[in-house]
Amino acid sequence: MRPEPIRIGAGAGFAGDRIEPALELVEQGDLDFLVFECLAERTIAAAQQLRQSDPHGGFDPLLLERMRRVLPAARARGVRIVTNAGAANPVGAAHAVAALARDMGLQGLRIAAVTGDDVLDLVRGAEHPLIDRPGTSADLARIVSANAYLGAGPIADALAQGAEVVITGRVGDPALFVGPMVHAFGWSLDDAPLIGRATVIGHLLECAGQLTGGYFADDGRKQVPGLARLGFPFAEVSADASAVLGKVAGSGGALTLASCKEQLLYEILDPGAYAQADVVADFRSVRFAELGPDRIAVSGGDGRQRPDALKVSIGYDDGFIGEGQISYAGPGAVGRARLAAAIVEERLAIIGAPVTELRSTLIGLDSVDRTGRPPEVDPREVRLRVVGRAATAEAAALIGREVEALYTNGPFGGGGATAAVRPVLAVASTLIPAAQVRPAITLVEA
Amino acid sequence: MLLGDIAHVRTGDKGDLSQFSVIAFDPADYPRLLAAVTVPRVLAHLAGLRVRQATRYALPGLGALNFVLEGALSGGVTRSLALDAHGKSLGAQLLDLPIDDALRVEDAE
Repeated sequence: MRPEPIRIGAGAGFAGDRIEPALELVEQGDLDFLVFECLAERTIAAAQQLRQSDPHGGFDPLLLERMRRVLPAARARGVRIVTNAGAANPVGAAHAVAALARDMGLQGLRIAAVTGDDVLDLVRGAEHPLIDRPGTSADLARIVSANAYLGAGPIADALAQGAEVVITGRVGDPALFVGPMVHAFGWSLDDAPLIGRATVIGHLLECAGQLTGGYFADDGRKQVPGLARLGFPFAEVSADASAVLGKVAGSGGALTLASCKEQLLYEILDPGAYAQADVVADFRSVRFAELGPDRIAVSGGDGRQRPDALKVSIGYDDGFIGEGQISYAGPGAVGRARLAAAIVEERLAIIGAPVTELRSTLIGLDSVDRTGRPPEVDPREVRLRVVGRAATAEAAALIGREVEALYTNGPFGGGGATAAVRPVLAVASTLIPAAQVRPAITLVEA
Repeated sequence: MLLGDIAHVRTGDKGDLSQFSVIAFDPADYPRLLAAVTVPRVLAHLAGLRVRQATRYALPGLGALNFVLEGALSGGVTRSLALDAHGKSLGAQLLDLPIDDALRVEDAE
Protein backbone atom coordinates (compact mmCIF):
# COMPACT_ATOMS: atom_id res chain seq x y z
CA MET A 1 0.00 0.00 0.00
CA ARG A 2 1.30 3.43 -0.89
CA PRO A 3 0.03 6.05 1.55
CA GLU A 4 -1.48 9.22 0.12
CA PRO A 5 0.56 12.42 0.42
CA ILE A 6 -0.17 14.68 3.38
CA ARG A 7 -0.34 18.44 3.50
CA ILE A 8 1.36 20.38 6.27
CA GLY A 9 0.97 24.14 6.53
CA ALA A 10 3.23 26.65 8.29
CA GLY A 11 0.97 28.89 10.37
CA ALA A 12 3.58 31.00 12.15
CA GLY A 13 7.33 31.49 11.82
CA PHE A 14 7.89 33.40 15.06
CA ALA A 15 6.01 34.28 18.23
CA GLY A 16 4.58 37.53 16.95
CA ASP A 17 3.70 36.36 13.45
CA ARG A 18 0.51 37.37 11.61
CA ILE A 19 -2.57 35.27 12.38
CA GLU A 20 -4.68 35.61 9.19
CA PRO A 21 -2.36 33.55 6.95
CA ALA A 22 -2.87 30.53 9.21
CA LEU A 23 -6.65 30.85 8.96
CA GLU A 24 -6.34 31.21 5.20
CA LEU A 25 -4.31 27.97 5.10
CA VAL A 26 -6.85 26.11 7.23
CA GLU A 27 -9.83 27.32 5.21
CA GLN A 28 -8.35 27.06 1.71
CA GLY A 29 -5.14 25.02 1.95
CA ASP A 30 -6.71 21.55 2.14
CA LEU A 31 -4.37 20.82 5.07
CA ASP A 32 -3.95 17.75 7.20
CA PHE A 33 -1.67 19.48 9.72
CA LEU A 34 -0.96 23.09 10.71
CA VAL A 35 2.23 24.03 12.57
CA PHE A 36 2.82 27.18 14.62
CA GLU A 37 6.52 27.78 15.32
CA CYS A 38 6.57 30.40 18.08
CA LEU A 39 9.71 29.93 20.15
CA ALA A 40 12.84 32.00 19.62
CA GLU A 41 16.09 31.23 21.44
CA ARG A 42 15.43 33.29 24.52
CA THR A 43 11.59 33.23 24.53
CA ILE A 44 11.56 30.19 26.78
CA ALA A 45 13.80 31.87 29.35
CA ALA A 46 11.40 34.80 29.57
CA ALA A 47 8.49 32.33 29.77
CA GLN A 48 10.19 30.49 32.63
CA GLN A 49 10.32 33.75 34.59
CA LEU A 50 6.62 34.34 33.87
CA ARG A 51 5.82 30.87 35.16
CA GLN A 52 7.64 31.62 38.40
CA SER A 53 5.26 34.50 39.05
CA ASP A 54 2.18 32.65 37.69
CA PRO A 55 2.18 28.82 37.85
CA HIS A 56 -0.58 28.72 35.21
CA GLY A 57 1.38 30.97 32.85
CA GLY A 58 4.69 30.60 31.07
CA PHE A 59 3.36 29.75 27.63
CA ASP A 60 3.17 31.97 24.55
CA PRO A 61 0.72 34.80 25.34
CA LEU A 62 -0.56 34.75 21.74
CA LEU A 63 -1.34 31.00 21.79
CA LEU A 64 -4.95 31.41 22.91
CA GLU A 65 -5.61 34.13 20.33
CA ARG A 66 -4.22 31.91 17.56
CA MET A 67 -6.32 28.98 18.77
CA ARG A 68 -9.47 31.09 19.08
CA ARG A 69 -9.07 32.12 15.44
CA VAL A 70 -8.24 28.76 13.84
CA LEU A 71 -9.76 26.05 16.05
CA PRO A 72 -13.33 26.07 14.70
CA ALA A 73 -12.24 25.81 11.07
CA ALA A 74 -9.44 23.36 11.90
CA ARG A 75 -11.76 21.04 13.79
CA ALA A 76 -14.45 21.21 11.12
CA ARG A 77 -11.92 20.16 8.49
CA GLY A 78 -9.98 17.67 10.57
CA VAL A 79 -6.78 19.77 10.52
CA ARG A 80 -4.55 18.79 13.43
CA ILE A 81 -2.34 21.46 15.02
CA VAL A 82 1.23 21.18 16.27
CA THR A 83 2.93 24.08 18.08
CA ASN A 84 5.88 24.78 20.36
CA ALA A 85 3.94 27.67 21.95
CA GLY A 86 3.84 25.73 25.21
CA ALA A 87 7.20 27.38 25.94
CA ALA A 88 7.97 26.88 29.66
CA ASN A 89 4.57 25.34 30.48
CA PRO A 90 3.11 23.01 27.80
CA VAL A 91 0.75 21.33 30.30
CA GLY A 92 -0.58 24.69 31.47
CA ALA A 93 -1.03 25.68 27.84
CA ALA A 94 -2.94 22.47 27.11
CA HIS A 95 -5.34 23.13 30.00
CA ALA A 96 -5.82 26.73 28.85
CA VAL A 97 -6.59 25.60 25.29
CA ALA A 98 -9.02 23.00 26.66
CA ALA A 99 -10.84 25.70 28.62
CA LEU A 100 -10.94 27.91 25.54
CA ALA A 101 -12.29 25.02 23.43
CA ARG A 102 -15.07 24.37 25.94
CA ASP A 103 -15.99 28.07 25.89
CA MET A 104 -16.18 27.89 22.10
CA GLY A 105 -18.39 24.81 22.12
CA LEU A 106 -15.64 22.49 20.91
CA GLN A 107 -16.21 19.85 23.59
CA GLY A 108 -14.10 16.73 23.42
CA LEU A 109 -11.13 18.38 21.69
CA ARG A 110 -8.08 16.28 22.52
CA ILE A 111 -4.93 18.21 23.38
CA ALA A 112 -1.52 16.73 24.14
CA ALA A 113 1.31 18.44 26.00
CA VAL A 114 4.85 17.24 25.30
CA THR A 115 7.23 17.77 28.22
CA GLY A 116 10.69 16.60 29.16
CA ASP A 117 12.64 19.38 27.42
CA ASP A 118 13.10 21.22 30.73
CA VAL A 119 16.49 20.00 31.96
CA LEU A 120 17.18 22.80 34.43
CA ASP A 121 17.73 20.33 37.28
CA LEU A 122 20.29 18.43 35.20
CA VAL A 123 22.18 21.54 34.21
CA ARG A 124 22.12 23.39 37.54
CA GLY A 125 24.99 22.49 39.79
CA ALA A 126 26.86 20.60 37.09
CA GLU A 127 29.68 21.79 34.87
CA HIS A 128 28.58 21.37 31.27
CA PRO A 129 31.08 22.73 28.72
CA LEU A 130 29.53 25.49 26.61
CA ILE A 131 29.59 24.89 22.86
CA ASP A 132 29.28 28.48 21.65
CA ARG A 133 32.04 30.05 23.75
CA PRO A 134 34.79 29.07 26.20
CA GLY A 135 33.77 28.03 29.71
CA THR A 136 31.13 25.87 31.34
CA SER A 137 27.55 26.26 32.55
CA ALA A 138 28.94 26.82 36.06
CA ASP A 139 30.34 30.19 34.86
CA LEU A 140 26.79 31.46 34.26
CA ALA A 141 25.86 33.04 37.58
CA ARG A 142 22.09 33.22 37.42
CA ILE A 143 20.63 30.46 35.24
CA VAL A 144 16.85 30.78 34.78
CA SER A 145 16.12 28.04 32.25
CA ALA A 146 17.67 25.09 30.46
CA ASN A 147 15.81 23.33 27.69
CA ALA A 148 16.88 20.46 25.46
CA TYR A 149 15.90 20.41 21.80
CA LEU A 150 13.63 17.35 21.58
CA GLY A 151 13.02 15.43 18.38
CA ALA A 152 9.93 14.40 16.41
CA GLY A 153 9.23 11.17 18.34
CA PRO A 154 7.01 12.51 21.12
CA ILE A 155 5.02 14.62 18.63
CA ALA A 156 4.35 11.57 16.45
CA ASP A 157 3.41 9.59 19.57
CA ALA A 158 0.98 12.28 20.71
CA LEU A 159 -0.69 12.27 17.30
CA ALA A 160 -0.88 8.46 17.43
CA GLN A 161 -2.69 8.80 20.75
CA GLY A 162 -5.36 10.83 18.98
CA ALA A 163 -4.32 14.38 19.87
CA GLU A 164 -5.92 17.03 17.67
CA VAL A 165 -3.64 19.71 19.12
CA VAL A 166 -0.06 18.97 20.20
CA ILE A 167 1.65 21.61 22.36
CA THR A 168 5.36 21.34 23.06
CA GLY A 169 8.07 23.35 24.72
CA ARG A 170 11.52 23.32 23.13
CA VAL A 171 11.84 20.93 20.20
CA GLY A 172 13.99 21.33 17.11
CA ASP A 173 11.93 23.53 14.78
CA PRO A 174 11.97 21.01 11.87
CA ALA A 175 10.73 18.30 14.27
CA LEU A 176 7.39 20.14 14.51
CA PHE A 177 6.91 19.13 10.86
CA VAL A 178 8.74 15.80 10.89
CA GLY A 179 6.48 14.58 13.75
CA PRO A 180 3.30 14.63 11.64
CA MET A 181 5.14 12.95 8.74
CA VAL A 182 6.43 10.16 10.97
CA HIS A 183 2.92 9.66 12.33
CA ALA A 184 1.17 9.72 8.95
CA PHE A 185 3.62 7.46 7.10
CA GLY A 186 4.65 5.18 9.96
CA TRP A 187 8.31 5.94 9.36
CA SER A 188 11.06 4.70 11.62
CA LEU A 189 13.06 7.51 13.19
CA ASP A 190 16.09 5.26 12.70
CA ASP A 191 15.86 5.62 8.90
CA ALA A 192 18.40 8.44 8.79
CA PRO A 193 18.29 9.21 5.02
CA LEU A 194 14.48 9.43 5.14
CA ILE A 195 14.41 11.58 8.29
CA GLY A 196 17.17 13.72 6.76
CA ARG A 197 14.96 14.45 3.74
CA ALA A 198 11.97 15.11 6.02
CA THR A 199 14.14 17.53 8.00
CA VAL A 200 14.81 19.46 4.79
CA ILE A 201 11.06 19.94 4.33
CA GLY A 202 10.57 20.93 7.96
CA HIS A 203 13.44 23.39 7.78
CA LEU A 204 12.00 25.00 4.63
CA LEU A 205 8.61 25.51 6.33
CA GLU A 206 9.65 26.52 9.84
CA CYS A 207 9.88 30.27 9.15
CA ALA A 208 6.50 30.32 7.40
CA GLY A 209 6.36 33.45 5.18
CA GLN A 210 10.12 33.52 4.70
CA LEU A 211 9.62 30.75 2.13
CA THR A 212 6.90 32.53 0.18
CA GLY A 213 8.49 35.93 -0.33
CA GLY A 214 8.89 37.41 3.14
CA TYR A 215 12.42 38.64 4.02
CA PHE A 216 13.15 38.58 0.29
CA ALA A 217 11.91 41.67 -1.57
CA ASP A 218 14.46 44.19 -2.77
CA ASP A 219 13.08 46.96 -4.91
CA GLY A 220 14.42 46.76 -8.43
CA ARG A 221 16.14 43.43 -7.92
CA LYS A 222 13.57 41.07 -6.38
CA GLN A 223 9.90 41.97 -6.71
CA VAL A 224 7.33 40.32 -4.47
CA PRO A 225 3.64 41.19 -4.90
CA GLY A 226 1.19 41.51 -2.04
CA LEU A 227 3.46 41.38 1.01
CA ALA A 228 0.66 42.87 3.15
CA ARG A 229 -1.35 39.74 2.35
CA LEU A 230 1.61 37.34 2.35
CA GLY A 231 0.43 33.75 2.00
CA PHE A 232 2.18 31.17 4.19
CA PRO A 233 3.47 27.94 2.63
CA PHE A 234 2.35 24.34 2.78
CA ALA A 235 4.14 21.18 1.71
CA GLU A 236 2.43 18.23 0.10
CA VAL A 237 4.69 15.49 1.41
CA SER A 238 4.94 12.04 -0.15
CA ALA A 239 5.85 8.84 1.65
CA ASP A 240 9.40 9.01 0.22
CA ALA A 241 9.93 12.42 1.88
CA SER A 242 9.88 14.38 -1.33
CA ALA A 243 7.44 17.28 -1.41
CA VAL A 244 5.69 19.89 -3.48
CA LEU A 245 5.66 23.33 -1.88
CA GLY A 246 2.76 25.70 -2.48
CA LYS A 247 0.62 28.48 -1.09
CA VAL A 248 -3.08 29.33 -1.29
CA ALA A 249 -4.13 30.67 -4.71
CA GLY A 250 -4.71 34.42 -4.61
CA SER A 251 -2.63 35.02 -1.49
CA GLY A 252 0.24 37.51 -1.59
CA GLY A 253 3.91 36.73 -1.91
CA ALA A 254 5.86 34.59 -4.34
CA LEU A 255 7.15 31.05 -3.97
CA THR A 256 10.11 30.76 -6.33
CA LEU A 257 13.31 28.82 -6.86
CA ALA A 258 15.19 31.81 -5.47
CA SER A 259 13.07 32.10 -2.32
CA CYS A 260 13.41 28.34 -1.71
CA LYS A 261 17.20 28.38 -2.08
CA GLU A 262 17.46 31.31 0.34
CA GLN A 263 15.34 29.58 2.95
CA LEU A 264 17.10 26.23 2.52
CA LEU A 265 20.37 27.83 3.64
CA TYR A 266 18.82 30.18 6.22
CA GLU A 267 20.64 29.80 9.54
CA ILE A 268 22.43 26.71 8.29
CA LEU A 269 26.12 26.46 9.21
CA ASP A 270 27.68 23.41 7.53
CA PRO A 271 25.10 22.39 4.88
CA GLY A 272 26.50 18.86 5.04
CA ALA A 273 25.89 18.48 8.76
CA TYR A 274 22.70 20.00 10.14
CA ALA A 275 22.49 18.35 13.56
CA GLN A 276 19.06 17.69 15.02
CA ALA A 277 17.87 15.36 17.79
CA ASP A 278 16.80 12.67 15.30
CA VAL A 279 19.38 12.95 12.54
CA VAL A 280 22.36 14.79 11.13
CA ALA A 281 20.84 16.08 7.91
CA ASP A 282 22.79 16.77 4.74
CA PHE A 283 21.35 19.52 2.52
CA ARG A 284 23.95 19.42 -0.24
CA SER A 285 21.96 17.19 -2.59
CA VAL A 286 18.67 19.09 -2.24
CA ARG A 287 17.20 20.21 -5.57
CA PHE A 288 14.24 22.41 -6.47
CA ALA A 289 12.14 22.32 -9.64
CA GLU A 290 9.47 24.82 -10.67
CA LEU A 291 6.25 22.96 -11.51
CA GLY A 292 4.19 26.11 -12.08
CA PRO A 293 3.52 29.51 -10.54
CA ASP A 294 4.05 29.24 -6.76
CA ARG A 295 4.56 25.49 -7.01
CA ILE A 296 8.04 24.12 -6.35
CA ALA A 297 9.08 20.49 -6.05
CA VAL A 298 11.78 19.69 -3.52
CA SER A 299 13.75 16.46 -3.64
CA GLY A 300 17.01 15.08 -2.36
CA GLY A 301 18.78 15.58 0.91
CA ASP A 302 20.25 12.90 3.07
CA GLY A 303 20.88 12.01 6.69
CA ARG A 304 23.28 10.26 8.99
CA GLN A 305 22.83 8.66 12.39
CA ARG A 306 21.59 11.03 15.10
CA PRO A 307 24.04 12.55 17.60
CA ASP A 308 24.34 10.97 21.07
CA ALA A 309 23.84 14.34 22.71
CA LEU A 310 21.06 16.91 22.59
CA LYS A 311 21.64 20.63 22.29
CA VAL A 312 20.51 22.57 25.35
CA SER A 313 19.78 26.29 25.46
CA ILE A 314 20.56 27.83 28.83
CA GLY A 315 18.87 31.12 29.62
CA TYR A 316 20.59 33.28 32.20
CA ASP A 317 20.14 36.67 33.78
CA ASP A 318 22.88 38.90 32.36
CA GLY A 319 22.22 42.26 33.95
CA PHE A 320 20.79 45.28 32.14
CA ILE A 321 21.27 47.32 28.99
CA GLY A 322 20.70 51.05 29.19
CA GLU A 323 20.19 53.20 26.13
CA GLY A 324 19.46 56.75 25.07
CA GLN A 325 18.78 58.29 21.67
CA ILE A 326 18.48 61.84 20.32
CA SER A 327 18.19 63.28 16.79
CA TYR A 328 19.99 66.13 15.03
CA ALA A 329 19.20 67.62 11.63
CA GLY A 330 20.35 70.24 9.17
CA PRO A 331 23.86 71.33 8.20
CA GLY A 332 26.41 70.09 10.72
CA ALA A 333 24.05 67.46 12.16
CA VAL A 334 26.78 64.82 12.24
CA GLY A 335 29.21 67.11 14.04
CA ARG A 336 26.64 68.05 16.69
CA ALA A 337 25.69 64.40 17.21
CA ARG A 338 29.35 63.47 17.70
CA LEU A 339 29.79 66.33 20.16
CA ALA A 340 26.71 65.09 22.02
CA ALA A 341 28.19 61.58 22.23
CA ALA A 342 31.43 62.92 23.67
CA ILE A 343 29.50 64.94 26.27
CA VAL A 344 27.48 61.92 27.39
CA GLU A 345 30.60 59.78 27.69
CA GLU A 346 32.40 62.46 29.72
CA ARG A 347 29.35 62.96 31.94
CA LEU A 348 29.09 59.24 32.74
CA ALA A 349 32.77 59.29 33.71
CA ILE A 350 32.32 62.40 35.90
CA ILE A 351 29.41 60.92 37.84
CA GLY A 352 31.20 57.56 38.09
CA ALA A 353 28.36 55.62 36.48
CA PRO A 354 29.09 51.88 36.83
CA VAL A 355 28.47 51.08 33.17
CA THR A 356 30.64 49.02 30.83
CA GLU A 357 30.97 48.51 27.07
CA LEU A 358 29.66 52.02 26.46
CA ARG A 359 29.30 52.72 22.76
CA SER A 360 27.93 55.57 20.67
CA THR A 361 26.75 55.22 17.08
CA LEU A 362 24.89 57.46 14.67
CA ILE A 363 21.75 55.92 13.23
CA GLY A 364 21.80 56.78 9.53
CA LEU A 365 25.58 56.65 9.41
CA ASP A 366 27.33 53.85 11.28
CA SER A 367 24.88 52.02 13.55
CA VAL A 368 24.29 48.92 11.43
CA ASP A 369 26.74 49.50 8.58
CA ARG A 370 29.82 47.32 8.91
CA THR A 371 31.73 48.33 5.79
CA GLY A 372 33.37 51.16 7.70
CA ARG A 373 33.09 53.38 4.64
CA PRO A 374 32.32 57.09 5.09
CA PRO A 375 29.06 58.29 3.52
CA GLU A 376 29.24 59.91 0.08
CA VAL A 377 26.86 62.69 1.13
CA ASP A 378 26.55 64.36 4.53
CA PRO A 379 23.18 63.13 5.86
CA ARG A 380 20.42 65.69 6.50
CA GLU A 381 19.64 63.98 9.79
CA VAL A 382 21.21 61.51 12.16
CA ARG A 383 20.17 59.98 15.45
CA LEU A 384 22.68 59.42 18.21
CA ARG A 385 22.37 56.13 20.04
CA VAL A 386 24.34 55.63 23.25
CA VAL A 387 24.17 52.18 24.81
CA GLY A 388 25.98 50.31 27.57
CA ARG A 389 25.78 47.48 30.04
CA ALA A 390 25.24 47.61 33.81
CA ALA A 391 24.65 45.22 36.68
CA THR A 392 21.58 47.06 37.95
CA ALA A 393 18.62 48.78 36.32
CA GLU A 394 19.43 51.96 38.27
CA ALA A 395 22.95 52.15 36.81
CA ALA A 396 21.72 51.34 33.31
CA ALA A 397 19.18 54.17 33.55
CA LEU A 398 21.97 56.73 33.93
CA ILE A 399 22.81 56.40 30.24
CA GLY A 400 19.37 57.45 29.01
CA ARG A 401 19.19 60.16 31.63
CA GLU A 402 22.43 61.76 30.43
CA VAL A 403 21.17 61.63 26.84
CA GLU A 404 17.92 63.34 27.83
CA ALA A 405 19.93 65.99 29.68
CA LEU A 406 21.39 66.97 26.30
CA TYR A 407 18.12 68.83 25.63
CA THR A 408 19.24 71.76 27.79
CA ASN A 409 22.93 70.99 28.34
CA GLY A 410 24.12 69.71 24.95
CA PRO A 411 24.54 70.99 21.39
CA PHE A 412 21.76 73.03 19.81
CA GLY A 413 18.82 71.44 18.03
CA GLY A 414 18.68 68.04 19.69
CA GLY A 415 15.20 66.54 19.49
CA GLY A 416 13.17 63.44 20.18
CA ALA A 417 15.26 62.10 23.03
CA THR A 418 14.30 58.69 24.37
CA ALA A 419 15.65 56.58 27.22
CA ALA A 420 15.28 52.87 27.84
CA VAL A 421 16.43 50.16 30.21
CA ARG A 422 15.91 46.47 29.60
CA PRO A 423 16.87 43.34 31.51
CA VAL A 424 19.07 40.97 29.52
CA LEU A 425 18.12 37.32 29.31
CA ALA A 426 21.06 35.85 27.49
CA VAL A 427 21.37 32.37 26.04
CA ALA A 428 24.32 29.98 26.05
CA SER A 429 24.38 26.48 24.59
CA THR A 430 25.64 23.15 25.86
CA LEU A 431 25.10 19.45 25.16
CA ILE A 432 23.75 16.73 27.40
CA PRO A 433 23.52 12.99 26.73
CA ALA A 434 20.25 12.21 24.93
CA ALA A 435 19.66 9.24 27.23
CA GLN A 436 19.25 11.62 30.20
CA VAL A 437 16.27 13.34 28.58
CA ARG A 438 12.87 11.65 28.99
CA PRO A 439 10.06 13.15 26.90
CA ALA A 440 6.54 12.62 28.24
CA ILE A 441 3.01 13.20 26.96
CA THR A 442 0.04 14.52 28.95
CA LEU A 443 -3.40 14.26 27.33
CA VAL A 444 -6.13 16.77 28.18
CA GLU A 445 -9.68 16.74 26.84
CA ALA A 446 -11.91 19.75 26.48
CA MET B 1 29.65 44.58 -12.08
CA LEU B 2 28.52 44.28 -8.45
CA LEU B 3 27.53 41.17 -6.53
CA GLY B 4 23.89 42.31 -6.40
CA ASP B 5 23.76 42.20 -10.21
CA ILE B 6 24.28 38.45 -10.31
CA ALA B 7 23.36 37.09 -6.89
CA HIS B 8 21.04 37.44 -3.93
CA VAL B 9 21.80 37.13 -0.25
CA ARG B 10 19.96 36.01 2.90
CA THR B 11 21.31 36.54 6.41
CA GLY B 12 20.65 34.48 9.54
CA ASP B 13 22.08 34.14 13.03
CA LYS B 14 22.87 31.48 15.61
CA GLY B 15 24.18 32.61 18.96
CA ASP B 16 27.26 34.74 18.33
CA LEU B 17 27.66 33.85 14.67
CA SER B 18 26.26 35.39 11.55
CA GLN B 19 25.47 33.29 8.52
CA PHE B 20 24.63 34.36 5.00
CA SER B 21 24.03 32.62 1.72
CA VAL B 22 25.12 34.10 -1.60
CA ILE B 23 23.05 32.60 -4.43
CA ALA B 24 23.48 33.11 -8.17
CA PHE B 25 20.31 34.30 -9.95
CA ASP B 26 21.60 32.36 -12.95
CA PRO B 27 23.46 29.16 -12.03
CA ALA B 28 25.83 29.94 -14.93
CA ASP B 29 27.26 32.73 -12.78
CA TYR B 30 28.24 30.35 -9.99
CA PRO B 31 31.92 30.17 -11.08
CA ARG B 32 32.05 33.98 -10.81
CA LEU B 33 30.82 33.75 -7.21
CA LEU B 34 33.34 31.05 -6.46
CA ALA B 35 36.15 33.26 -7.74
CA ALA B 36 35.07 36.66 -6.46
CA VAL B 37 33.19 36.04 -3.22
CA THR B 38 35.99 34.67 -1.07
CA VAL B 39 36.43 34.86 2.67
CA PRO B 40 39.23 37.47 2.44
CA ARG B 41 37.23 39.65 0.04
CA VAL B 42 34.08 39.41 2.20
CA LEU B 43 36.00 40.35 5.33
CA ALA B 44 37.75 43.20 3.54
CA HIS B 45 34.39 44.52 2.32
CA LEU B 46 32.91 44.31 5.83
CA ALA B 47 35.95 46.03 7.31
CA GLY B 48 34.04 47.32 10.32
CA LEU B 49 33.05 43.82 11.42
CA ARG B 50 35.04 41.92 14.01
CA VAL B 51 35.07 38.18 13.35
CA ARG B 52 36.76 35.32 15.21
CA GLN B 53 36.68 32.89 12.33
CA ALA B 54 35.10 32.80 8.87
CA THR B 55 34.22 29.74 6.81
CA ARG B 56 32.84 29.37 3.29
CA TYR B 57 30.84 26.34 2.16
CA ALA B 58 30.30 25.71 -1.56
CA LEU B 59 27.02 24.34 -2.91
CA PRO B 60 27.58 23.91 -6.65
CA GLY B 61 24.28 22.04 -7.11
CA LEU B 62 22.37 25.12 -5.91
CA GLY B 63 24.73 27.70 -7.41
CA ALA B 64 25.29 29.03 -3.92
CA LEU B 65 27.89 29.78 -1.27
CA ASN B 66 27.27 29.75 2.46
CA PHE B 67 29.30 31.91 4.82
CA VAL B 68 29.61 31.44 8.56
CA LEU B 69 31.18 34.31 10.51
CA GLU B 70 31.91 33.27 14.08
CA GLY B 71 31.95 35.94 16.75
CA ALA B 72 30.34 38.46 14.39
CA LEU B 73 27.40 39.40 16.63
CA SER B 74 29.24 41.10 19.51
CA GLY B 75 28.52 38.39 22.06
CA GLY B 76 25.36 37.00 20.52
CA VAL B 77 21.86 38.14 19.69
CA THR B 78 20.57 37.83 23.23
CA ARG B 79 23.20 40.03 24.90
CA SER B 80 24.49 42.23 22.09
CA LEU B 81 24.49 46.00 22.45
CA ALA B 82 24.20 46.45 18.69
CA LEU B 83 21.15 48.15 17.18
CA ASP B 84 20.73 45.23 14.77
CA ALA B 85 21.56 42.50 17.25
CA HIS B 86 20.65 39.74 14.78
CA GLY B 87 22.86 41.22 12.07
CA LYS B 88 19.91 40.94 9.67
CA SER B 89 21.20 43.93 7.73
CA LEU B 90 24.66 42.46 7.30
CA GLY B 91 24.31 40.36 4.14
CA ALA B 92 22.71 43.21 2.20
CA GLN B 93 25.91 45.22 2.67
CA LEU B 94 27.68 42.69 0.48
CA LEU B 95 25.56 43.52 -2.55
CA ASP B 96 28.02 46.19 -3.72
CA LEU B 97 31.02 43.89 -3.55
CA PRO B 98 32.75 44.40 -6.91
CA ILE B 99 32.76 41.35 -9.19
CA ASP B 100 35.76 41.44 -11.48
CA ASP B 101 35.91 38.83 -14.20
CA ALA B 102 39.69 38.99 -14.03
CA LEU B 103 39.39 37.06 -10.75
CA ARG B 104 39.85 33.35 -11.33
CA VAL B 105 38.82 30.45 -9.18
CA GLU B 106 42.44 29.34 -9.05
CA ASP B 107 43.36 32.69 -7.48
CA ALA B 108 40.72 32.22 -4.83
CA GLU B 109 41.88 28.81 -3.72
